[in-house]
Amino acid sequence: MLKKEFVVKDDVLLVRLIGELDHHEANTLKDAWQLEITSKRVKHMILNLEELNFMDSSGLGVILGRYKEVKQRHGEMVICSISPSVKRLFELSGLFKIMRLEQSEKEAFVYLGVAS
Amino acid sequence: MNNTMQVSFKSKSENEAFARVVIASFLAPLDPTLDELTEVKTVVSEAVTNAIIHGYDQSDAFDVYLSCEINDQNVKIVIEDLGVGIENVDKAIQPLYTSKPELERSGMGFTIMENFMDKVTVESAPSQGTKVTLEKTFQLTHSYSRNGSE
Repeated sequence: MLKKEFVVKDDVLLVRLIGELDHHEANTLKDAWQLEITSKRVKHMILNLEELNFMDSSGLGVILGRYKEVKQRHGEMVICSISPSVKRLFELSGLFKIMRLEQSEKEAFVYLGVAS
Repeated sequence: MNNTMQVSFKSKSENEAFARVVIASFLAPLDPTLDELTEVKTVVSEAVTNAIIHGYDQSDAFDVYLSCEINDQNVKIVIEDLGVGIENVDKAIQPLYTSKPELERSGMGFTIMENFMDKVTVESAPSQGTKVTLEKTFQLTHSYSRNGSE
């Protein structure tokens, strides 16, 4: 099961993923996430993975897909509160070369210039 | 310890989580570390997802076969489908390669399997299905001696 929380602050969409992200959950996540990006007209995204207990390469695919959308909007994608096992997948696929990593939501907002 | 198990399930994406729970439960007597458990769950998830998306082209009407063999600390996991098969295995296992870019696949499945396991073997041919064998030697643990001498 995957629970998703979306919070908009200024032009930043904060996404919290809670539970397990695999191929089964990836499709519904993609639809919900895309709807948030287009309807809220955000520029940047913060992805909080603190409570993501499991992820495989299907998760990498969805995240990479949304990264491409945020790039089209000339925005940035910031990952925060990542667990060691999920971090390993990001490192293996080189995603930190294109996405910024911050310790917490607060630091991610500061990096994007949004006061909390 | 020596033990074996085999299970089959429909090629539904819901069963990816089921397969992860099955393998984690079966290997529990080995007292795996958290890292080992995560690695094994991840590679099983990758191979089962491949069987569903690629082997059976996302149809949920077919069967995926998962089996596991424990010989002392050596674990051998086999994930098999009877689907379309892979024409060029060398190409399929390349990092970032995907035969279905329209589905937002990352192309990292086999790379993750190779990184997390000691040995990965892929046997496949067009319309002959695909058999993925994953092998790993688990660490002797930590919390207690498994042969009962302690």
